Amino acid sequence: MATETAVRVEDKLFQNRYLVDAGRAHIKVRPHTTPSAALRSLLTTCPARCYELNDKGQVEITADGCVECGTCRIIGEPSGDIEWNYPRGGYGVLFKFG
Amino acid sequence: MIDERFDAIVVGAGMAGNAAAYTMASRGLKVLQLERGEYSGSKNVQGAILYADMMEKIIPDFREDAPLERHLIEQRFWMMGENSHTGLHYRSDDFNEEKPNRYTIIRAQFDKWFSSKVREAGALVVCETTVTELVQDAYGKVIGVKTDRGGGQIHADVVVLAEGVTGLLGARAGLRKIPKPTEVALAVKEMHFLPQEVIEQRFNVKGNEGAVIEAAGTISEGMTGMGFLYTNRECVSVGLGCLVSDFQKSGESPYTLLEKFKRHPSIAPLLEGSEVKEYAAHLIPEGGFKSIPQLYGEGWVVVGDAAQLNNAIHREGSNLAMTSGRIAGEAIFQVKSRKEPMTTANLSLYKKMLDDSFVIKDLKKYKDMPQLLHIQSQNFFLTYPQLVNKAMQNFVRVDGTPKKEKEKMTVKSFTSARSWAGLFGDAFKLARAWR
Repeated sequence: MATETAVRVEDKLFQNRYLVDAGRAHIKVRPHTTPSAALRSLLTTCPARCYELNDKGQVEITADGCVECGTCRIIGEPSGDIEWNYPRGGYGVLFKFG
Repeated sequence: MIDERFDAIVVGAGMAGNAAAYTMASRGLKVLQLERGEYSGSKNVQGAILYADMMEKIIPDFREDAPLERHLIEQRFWMMGENSHTGLHYRSDDFNEEKPNRYTIIRAQFDKWFSSKVREAGALVVCETTVTELVQDAYGKVIGVKTDRGGGQIHADVVVLAEGVTGLLGARAGLRKIPKPTEVALAVKEMHFLPQEVIEQRFNVKGNEGAVIEAAGTISEGMTGMGFLYTNRECVSVGLGCLVSDFQKSGESPYTLLEKFKRHPSIAPLLEGSEVKEYAAHLIPEGGFKSIPQLYGEGWVVVGDAAQLNNAIHREGSNLAMTSGRIAGEAIFQVKSRKEPMTTANLSLYKKMLDDSFVIKDLKKYKDMPQLLHIQSQNFFLTYPQLVNKAMQNFVRVDGTPKKEKEKMTVKSFTSARSWAGLFGDAFKLARAWR
């Protein structure tokens, strides 16, 4: 087995249980042309790697694997870069152990 | 929807919320507790260690039926180098007492149990319901909440905000500020399953005994942070956390750091062959005393992580959470039994009682510590651990170098990395912040 392969966070998230609220993402990124430094930092800091760059160099979110830690809210809400809400009751990550 | 009126609404069913709801309901108050998870525990993440003394003050005989994993008999502090660690271990058979002091727990299971006690005490616990808004009257007094279940407002004399570290309600209502990236750590954690006897062999424990490893040093790559391994009955919780602001600055990913920690030659053999069954992340309040917000106001109090009540130095959070929840519940009960309104003046009793408890006393003791460690993270989390590990290697490796020369080399490695003035300055500042 290779020792220095990149860590695939998808493999980690695969262990988790989720109830995805289809069509109702609880986090939204404010439309932008060039991402702010705070927004860019989410690409590496988000522990579920929900944030990615699209081919126009803008930051996009796919919140399906979100573990609801709130890190991106702390970083991006005060500047208005992102809008953060809890998922509706019962939806989102369902921790088995926590 | 619920159109009754309650004495108190508790938002959240973590340690603080459950403690508050239990305390009030068992004293006869009419309590509604709202939780957004499927059940109490399904959104809650912790290492986790339970401190028995604080739990006993809420439910004295909790040991009888609470889901406890292992009682801790050994604590290991590891200062990590690149391929090494220098350890300080404390193990005592005294911890094999009739009523042990600390236990590992699995929060999803423990909280579910705690919540069953809250229900037994008479509270109405409604899960899968996210509170979306605090309802305030024209004077700003909190008079109830709105939820995502529709049906308008639910009213109560007082709302207990036990909404956790990233609680939205209090911040959106302007009752406190959203924490800054310098005031919270992001921790990631995995649950590694292994046969019970393998855990016991690897960690040198038997029966219900457990051990804890807490590690700091090169594993956080110069950031303010630490890693941990907690033994549960059939699994090991492995995690690592660093300040959010440090993650932003370094561009390191939490999961990459966790992988490196797991691959460290001192850690890897402990986890070999395990099956990972969950990956979680959570924020931890790290701002300490100076980050504690206003704790009460007209018709509301805030408890637990939402109030930044976490002792980062001793890695204690849940006991401060449950104690603040219990004290808030007792204060509200006292105000209620005097038939007085839930005004700012009357609810200041909560703050007064909390100030007299270990919660605020401990946080006050370390009020300068977060700033010191955060500003000097390169020295405390990278340079010193490297130096100490190098010194240990120099001390134990026998290679024909005269001991006098070895000592000189060690001293020189310290002074060239950090100068005499820097070393004494750090020692002085650390001692003063510890005082």
